[in-house]
Amino acid sequence: MWLLDKDLWSEIFHTLGKNMLRTFLTMLGVIFAMLILVLLLGSANGMSNGFDKIFAGTASNSLFVWGQSTSEPYKGFERGRRIRYKIEDAHILKEQIPEIEVLAPRIELGSHRAVTTVYRKGQTSGSSVYGDYPEIDNITKKKLVEGRFLNNNDIEHSKKVCVIGEETYKLLFEKGENAIGGEIRINGVFFTVVGIYKPSKNINIDGENAVFIPFTTFQKAFNTGDRMGWMAIAVEPNTKVAVVEKQIKAILKNKYDIHPDDERAIGSFNMSEIFNNISAFTNVLKGFSFFIGIFTLLAGVIAISNILLITVKERTKEIGVRRALGATPVVVKRQIVVEAIVLTAFAGLIGFAISVGILAILNSIWGSGEDFPFVNPMVNIPQFVISFLLMITLSVLIGLLPANKAIRVRPIEALREE
Amino acid sequence: MIEIKDLHKSYQMGSNSLHVLKGINFKAEAGELVAIMGSSGSGKSTLLNILGMLDGADSGEYTLDGVPIKDLSETKAAQYRNKFLGFIFQSFNLINYKSALENVALPLYYQGVPRKERQEKALQYLERVGLKEWATHLPSELSGGQKQRVAIARAMAAEPKVLLADEPTGALDSTTSYEVMDLIQKINDEGNTILVVTHEEDIAHMCKRIVHLKDGVIVEDKKVNQVRAEQYV
Repeated sequence: MWLLDKDLWSEIFHTLGKNMLRTFLTMLGVIFAMLILVLLLGSANGMSNGFDKIFAGTASNSLFVWGQSTSEPYKGFERGRRIRYKIEDAHILKEQIPEIEVLAPRIELGSHRAVTTVYRKGQTSGSSVYGDYPEIDNITKKKLVEGRFLNNNDIEHSKKVCVIGEETYKLLFEKGENAIGGEIRINGVFFTVVGIYKPSKNINIDGENAVFIPFTTFQKAFNTGDRMGWMAIAVEPNTKVAVVEKQIKAILKNKYDIHPDDERAIGSFNMSEIFNNISAFTNVLKGFSFFIGIFTLLAGVIAISNILLITVKERTKEIGVRRALGATPVVVKRQIVVEAIVLTAFAGLIGFAISVGILAILNSIWGSGEDFPFVNPMVNIPQFVISFLLMITLSVLIGLLPANKAIRVRPIEALREE
Repeated sequence: MIEIKDLHKSYQMGSNSLHVLKGINFKAEAGELVAIMGSSGSGKSTLLNILGMLDGADSGEYTLDGVPIKDLSETKAAQYRNKFLGFIFQSFNLINYKSALENVALPLYYQGVPRKERQEKALQYLERVGLKEWATHLPSELSGGQKQRVAIARAMAAEPKVLLADEPTGALDSTTSYEVMDLIQKINDEGNTILVVTHEEDIAHMCKRIVHLKDGVIVEDKKVNQVRAEQYV
């Protein structure tokens, strides 16, 4: 195997080592190219990771549906009619649309994000109060700092328990006070605190200051009957959210006698659209980084080819001697191509090492920051392998240029005495 | 050993054609030491290049050790050069970043001889030219005569059928020239066929036969009494 030939390598290092400064300057182009490629890709990855972090805990294939007012008169109803859902709607939708994986009904005290005064031992907090099913946790995950979230037992027995936000805790309890087991009062009804959660800074549907109580308890305590405020819905992974959204709206429009073309009567928010937009954005960013990186790499490799062309010119005589002594064109060509590969690969590795170092430093400075959307900026192994293979392929192709020039010189011309 | 028949060669110089070799007929037996003489432009270098398979002839036949040399690809030519021929150049043409030993071992490398064997053999040839102690030195650390001796060792290392020397003493002073010629004579004594291109009369007379070229034809081909170079050393 000629690759393991010690002489080939000693010749290559000899020629490269003969002019260290020039070799280094040649490599600089590829070093920088690799640097740019890895930094760009790493940053794009970091940004993508950052977005992932922002949306962590929110199911991407989810949507929210609530009632608004009609904007079209229909079947004898005037426009401006308020649409109020009933809890049975949840069962109907789940039955009729098998693609729905989770459906969590919710009800609020007052209008959306209305503030209700919550009391505890003379302290008060203006909070949003929600009646929820435990399933909501599968769609928007609550980060609990203490205790637990609502469970099915709470629902079944309509327990008077609640999960409160950190903000609510601060207003109602003393600093450091154990809130679990503590009692708070909402509209004259007492609830036992079973958990405290930390609201997500990035995606916050519930507001800063919120209290969650079981849906069934809510119905009884505040006498809301079969009313339902809105629904959080997660669909099966391979189903398009928009399709399910349409189906839901059709069913609800039919049930509540809404004009089929009425766009305003049913409010909805498709979470997956946001996700798709963001992943499209980061993918474009990654593609663009790759594009720039590859072309910079190409420029770097061309610089190497250039230097090798000069080297070949300088070594015309030597190559002539070698050919007179029996070096076949393949042998001459091989040596120059391998030189190109060695230079490129070595420079690429240096550039890679430097850029990974820079990314690691960036990560240690900002990576763990809560608000900075730049998490773990690093290239992954496939990206590294692809760019490296591409670089080597380029260097082979471009190394062939000086190699062909080297063998085009006929030995007699090379050996001609000056 | 070498046989050429009616060899023609011309070079295209713009619109003019320069007829350099105008029908050369030449034969050299094994063990001969032939001087090819002629003034510059006589075609002696062209003849040597064709004999050395560095250049092709326009017409004519060339047979080397019974093998017809015709229409060679570059690869085939390189292999034949390696197998049949050893080159000695006026300006030595040693590879300047390789030690004397590595230079001598180079043709063996292209023959695919294993490294160890190659170095042993190269050292053996260096010893024969009296430069064993200089094996690890770079060409820049050697004198002109030493360089040419390394080059001779290199030419012989692959054990070629014919040694081709192009003005081997052209870059050397007379004393060193005689040393080199002494070496060439001794190699010839061992039975090697050697062709020497030269324009120096005294060097030519150290060969056994002188072929005179003029304007692309052989004008004289005579056997001479060899002058031994030893006596001048």
